Amino acid sequence: MGRQLKFEIFRYNPEREGDVPHMQEFTLDETPNMTLFIALNRLREEQDPSLIFDFCCRAGICGACAMVINGRPGLACQTKTKDQPTRITLHPLPVFKLVGDLSVDTGVWFREMYAKTESWVHTTKTFDPTKEEERMDNSVAEQIYELERCIECGCCVAACGTARLRDDFMGAAALNRIARFVVDPRDQRTDEQYFEIIGTDNGIFGCMGLLACEDVCPKGLPLQNQLGFLRRKMGITAMKHIFRKK
Amino acid sequence: MQTYYSDLLVIGAGLAGERVACEAAQNGFKASCLSIVPARRSHSSAAQGGMQAALGNCAKGEGDCTDVHFIDTVKGSDWGCDQEVARLFADTAPIEMRRLAHWGVPWNRVVPGKSFFFKGGEKFEKYEKEENEGLITARSFGGTAKWRTCYTSDGTGHAVMCTMDNRCAELGIDVFDKKEAISLIHDGETCMGAVVRCLRTGELEVHLAKATAICTGGFGRIYKATTNAVICDGGGHILAHETGVVPIGNPESIQFHPTGIVPTDILVTEGCRGDGGTLLDVNEERFMHIYEPEKAELASRDVVSRRMTEHMRAGKGVKSAYGEHLWLDIRHLGDKHISTKLREVDEICHHFLGVNPRTELIPVRPTQHYTMAGIRTNKDGAVYGLKGLYSAGEAACWDMHGFNRLGGNSLAETVVAGGIIGAKIVEFLKGYETKFDTKAINLEIKRQKERIHDITHGRNGKLNVYEVRNEMQEALMKGCFVFRNKEGLEECVSTLQGTMEKARQVGLVSDGAGPNHELAAAMKLEGQVRLAICIAQAALMRTESRGSHNREDYPERNDAKWLNRTLAYWREGADMPELQYEDTTPLFELPPGDRGYGGGSIIPADEKYVKERTVKSPVTEIGKKK
Ligand SMILES: Cc1cc2nc3c(=O)[nH]c(=O)nc-3n(C[C@H](O)[C@H](O)[C@H](O)COP(=O)(O)OP(=O)(O)OC[C@H]3O[C@@H](n4cnc5c(N)ncnc54)[C@H](O)[C@@H]3O)c2cc1C
Ligand code: SF4
Ligand code: SF4
Ligand code: FES
Repeated sequence: MGRQLKFEIFRYNPEREGDVPHMQEFTLDETPNMTLFIALNRLREEQDPSLIFDFCCRAGICGACAMVINGRPGLACQTKTKDQPTRITLHPLPVFKLVGDLSVDTGVWFREMYAKTESWVHTTKTFDPTKEEERMDNSVAEQIYELERCIECGCCVAACGTARLRDDFMGAAALNRIARFVVDPRDQRTDEQYFEIIGTDNGIFGCMGLLACEDVCPKGLPLQNQLGFLRRKMGITAMKHIFRKK
Repeated sequence: MQTYYSDLLVIGAGLAGERVACEAAQNGFKASCLSIVPARRSHSSAAQGGMQAALGNCAKGEGDCTDVHFIDTVKGSDWGCDQEVARLFADTAPIEMRRLAHWGVPWNRVVPGKSFFFKGGEKFEKYEKEENEGLITARSFGGTAKWRTCYTSDGTGHAVMCTMDNRCAELGIDVFDKKEAISLIHDGETCMGAVVRCLRTGELEVHLAKATAICTGGFGRIYKATTNAVICDGGGHILAHETGVVPIGNPESIQFHPTGIVPTDILVTEGCRGDGGTLLDVNEERFMHIYEPEKAELASRDVVSRRMTEHMRAGKGVKSAYGEHLWLDIRHLGDKHISTKLREVDEICHHFLGVNPRTELIPVRPTQHYTMAGIRTNKDGAVYGLKGLYSAGEAACWDMHGFNRLGGNSLAETVVAGGIIGAKIVEFLKGYETKFDTKAINLEIKRQKERIHDITHGRNGKLNVYEVRNEMQEALMKGCFVFRNKEGLEECVSTLQGTMEKARQVGLVSDGAGPNHELAAAMKLEGQVRLAICIAQAALMRTESRGSHNREDYPERNDAKWLNRTLAYWREGADMPELQYEDTTPLFELPPGDRGYGGGSIIPADEKYVKERTVKSPVTEIGKKK
């Protein structure tokens, strides 16, 4: 016989008049290879169809299902119930706007991030369909890809002390995004231009360096290295700035 | 109620949808995209393998050209594709890959010198030329004559999706997420936009546009077992089909993959079997060699899927809380092999099953993977039946895949078709002004409000949404899966007709407030059952086997009778689809012949028919025009 699981789930639907945030308990028999994806869908289909939560790929690649699982941000689809105690507490990610129950609005947050970081290759070159592609070193291509693996799940932002204190802190995902363009030879932005974007307390200088972000990143992105890399680079740029002004 | 206006409304923000939107925006038109999830979570981001384009830069791709890509595509389709479209696709793919490089995709590049690769468990050597250093490289994929699949490590879809979405941000395209289109606004002749449900608030909105493009991906989720994301549920197909004037092309054409893991049907790569993994049954005995003495586990995707199903039907499946399955055994490949060459499989086993593939068996079963079926368009991407309506990507039956799409061809299709169809939409918009018919708009809003009210208040009945959906999914799995025959299909159709009655009588258990999921599921249920019936009925009528459509009772490919495409209409008030047929392709650049794999015999087409349609300089097997 499998275990009986107790779920404590945060409930609040802002669209329902008079609803107040509260915790609700559910009970479910564990089945082999059960993940939170299976468990939550069963709860919704068999017990309470009003439950709100997000899944998309259910394979750990899209980032839709991030939530706080027994106190720690993570992806629900790749969390196996057998690795959790019989009592499982689920909360929505903090920092992001709540949509309802376990669902938060990561879409808008990340779209604002693209705007702030101007998340695209800045180049004056135009594309010529008759020409061969511009060459690139394979190791550079791989380096860019390593930084582009972020699935925008929001775990790092939810785990970040600075982001919880300050609404306008850009967060590790945004800084990592900038690092991606810094290493891309196709992007013609200068260090000064990057400095304009992240050289403030809302950017690289607001980070306290405690690295909760890297600890929770389900893709294992090297956030620590990137934050260090940018801090050094921006430090140097700041110095140059000061000297030039004098 | 909020109303939004744009020149082009794109329903769906996967690779196809965003590529279409970029083309319109670059040409000065206002484009907006709708998506159920933030664009980058679209299913396009799940594709790991890569996308095909005949660049011919790498050693094993030498001599590749668009002719060879064209031939592979037509053969792959089992001569079920439109050859004009396949040609357009193969010729444009290299340009689109380079364009993506320009926009920021970090394609893997050619590294000169000696390196090793594996084929069928054996090690081979290759040399990359100095002069090709830094050009876009390619890897090998099933069904292709050359190494042609461009990739970025193990995350091609993800990387291309990021770049495309960045491009949309740069162009200032409005990409609205958590918005689900629930019906088209039209007057029977022209499409004017869509009624949309906001998945943040549950409110309805109206999005009006001169042109509308449906790019909502596949509909794997109408099957119980599928590799597809949970949002690939046919929403876009239902919008179009429901108008009564738009046909679904080749509904019987659905691709299955042999090894989805149980319970969640996440794909594990064919590489497992390629490297020597075996399939076991409930007694932990091999069985593939009984059915396919020569190739055993290494037979093609559809063949292995069929044999597995057959074996489970014979009572040799493993019973589980999630239905029957079989085992994939890679234990004997050893730790070193698994932790290096099958790392992705190792991770999937770890994260989703808690299984160690070095010592334990992996539960697998055949699973739905891709929908070649789709909203029928002409080669410009214009949907049959409604002016101003377009479709691209997996949602469409543009028809370069026919009855079987090749690995790597669908991701490439999204951007290639997106570009071509986007340009056609621009042409359309340039010469077009319209007035929006307020009567049609108001009527549609009223209709949707009533529907929602009826479902939420149980006016049609009290049947449970999820139970009825389950019945549909099970019926398709039973009668319309990898194996098909007359009895099974007839039973499937009649079961589904009962399911449709039930789908019309669902009512909510919850109150439906806000971004309620039960309501979303209920609203598309009847449309899903209609799609299911189209699949089963079209499969019943098609008395031959072609590509993924396998009739046990008609094992041969019958070019004499079935060199055509099914068009399934659902007329207003009808209980069954109306099936029509059209020629597969207006011309042959590659006259019908043997696919070269998968076996089976062919009943040839009328020689005169083929001759009349064959172009003056057909391509030859090696890929040069005569
Ligand atoms: C596991 C897996 C691996 C794959 N690997 C490969 C590969 O290696 N190579 C390859 O070529 N192909 C591969 N494919 C196939 C390929 O990924 C898809 O065919 C392709 O990505 C589809 O892209 P699309 O733009 O048409 O649709 P999608 O990317 O599915 O996008 C659909 C969009 O429509 C939106 N949408 C849906 N319904 C509505 C609605 N009602 N209202 C508003 N928006 C809606 C969604 O939110 C989404 O934005 C793979 C598929 C799977 C399942
Ligand atoms: S290291 Fe910086 S970004 Fe990461 S959690 Fe700490 S403060 Fe936030
Ligand atoms: S950096 Fe990691 S934790 Fe942060 S959003 Fe990206 S994938 Fe998630
Ligand atoms: S659902 Fe996509 S990461 Fe969990």
